[in-house]
Amino acid sequence: MEYLQSLGHKGLSFFQRLGRGHILLANIVMGLHTLLPRLRLVLIQVFSVGVLSLIIILVSGLFVGMVLGLQGYNTLVDFGAEESLGVVVALSLVRELGPVVSALLFAGRAGSALTAEIGLMKATEQLSAMEMMAVDPVRRVLAPRFVAGVISMPLLAAIFSAVGVLGGYFVGVGLLGVDEGAYWSQMQSSVDLYDDIYNGVIKSIVFGIVVTWIAVFEGQDAIPTSEGVSRATTRTVVHSSLAVLGLDFVLTALMFGD
Amino acid sequence: MTDASPIVKIRGLSFSRGNRKIFDGVDIDIHRGKVTAIMGPSGTGKTTLLRLIGGQLHPDAGTIHVDTQNVPDLSYRQLYALRKRMGMLFQNGALLTDMNVYDNVAFPLREHTRLNERLIRSLVLMKLEAVGLRGARDLMPSELSGGMSRRVALARAVAMDPMIMMYDEPFTGQDPISMGVVVRLIRTLNDALGLTSIIVSHDIAETAAIADHIYLLSGGKVVAQGSSKELDESDSEWAQQFMKGLPDGPVPFHYPAREFTEDLFDLDNASRGVRP
Repeated sequence: MEYLQSLGHKGLSFFQRLGRGHILLANIVMGLHTLLPRLRLVLIQVFSVGVLSLIIILVSGLFVGMVLGLQGYNTLVDFGAEESLGVVVALSLVRELGPVVSALLFAGRAGSALTAEIGLMKATEQLSAMEMMAVDPVRRVLAPRFVAGVISMPLLAAIFSAVGVLGGYFVGVGLLGVDEGAYWSQMQSSVDLYDDIYNGVIKSIVFGIVVTWIAVFEGQDAIPTSEGVSRATTRTVVHSSLAVLGLDFVLTALMFGD
Repeated sequence: MTDASPIVKIRGLSFSRGNRKIFDGVDIDIHRGKVTAIMGPSGTGKTTLLRLIGGQLHPDAGTIHVDTQNVPDLSYRQLYALRKRMGMLFQNGALLTDMNVYDNVAFPLREHTRLNERLIRSLVLMKLEAVGLRGARDLMPSELSGGMSRRVALARAVAMDPMIMMYDEPFTGQDPISMGVVVRLIRTLNDALGLTSIIVSHDIAETAAIADHIYLLSGGKVVAQGSSKELDESDSEWAQQFMKGLPDGPVPFHYPAREFTEDLFDLDNASRGVRP
């Protein structure tokens, strides 16, 4: 009986949180117009959310591209198809790895920072103080961060893919001797702007929305203690990573599953 | 002040958190131009009362009229308009940590007015001068002592020239000098700016020194009220215990528990409290 009760309680609180999350998202979206005259607020956040994530994205992109080059070459060379290395590297990155891996890194680097920052602002009553100064924290604090995340994510994913293609080039062409012309020209002829690149961009926009939404919600919903903020930060990383991977399957099925 | 009607009028206020009743039919009047103190032991919901007046919490029952508007009934827009006329000093100051002192005080002005930066600078320097921290304008909140951040927060709270100032435990954790400074500031600002002040506190001496009227809260009700002199002389047990700081009385020393001896010899439950 007690078990049932706690199960019911957990279920209820899950749906309550889900509801609060959606109300927050609605409030952010409804307050977006107030950001238009104050784009500087968004720019500051694009810097801290996006620009400061560049290093991790650049380095990871390079290494992922290099590994793809190596693994792709080893597989392709058995069939004498190593000329197609460029296509393999580019398609894997643009369609899948670019948006997904950069979203996972983004959740760890920027999402956790957002949650911790907002959670601590709540714990130190800064959000409350803003409310009492008649400044809506959802519009002043959460909305700019949300928009910045949604803007940054596709850009970071694009940079990740571009650097990855270069990484594949260094390994494939530079070290393993794949023909340079074949690497680029096969890539150019096989990667489709709409099917591959646009779909990748759509994925990364969706991931950007989901990861930043989870991050700002967890921050705002955190229990205002050190333990509460730490748990909220963990939840941001776990939930947004799972959401990214789950949504990736759904989106891939919708886009390429015909 | 000539207007005799109270600026804040609370009637039949009830509020609970979970199963715990914080307020149970509380009536409070705050008069214009006066310093009113809400006092009571820790955990009686004094801070909650300020949050109810500021519309951050919603009461279960009762009305909270601030300047004739019933706060719980206000729409988002009306509530935010009303809050522009209220100032609140939080217990730890609640300064925005990513801005320096100057920008913190300028924050409400920049958010709510279209004044140019020169005018804002004059206003900010005036407010900082009033709390004696004009020289600290370039410091970050992390570089301030507890007393200083509270004074900066005070300057920020009065930046918009509010009609009501609410102070949440303004004296807690202050050294005697900064305590004296804050006590004097609250009274001076109240009289000089024509404010109405509400102080929530359990520091009797400091509060009694500046409050015109004191409400004593306990167990969700107003147990006594009057000027500090009236409360000192009151024959209410509550007032006596609180004003004199007696450890036991109507407010028990012990958190509710079963008999001590019974608890002590209850060896079956000895494992509860296992060493980590």
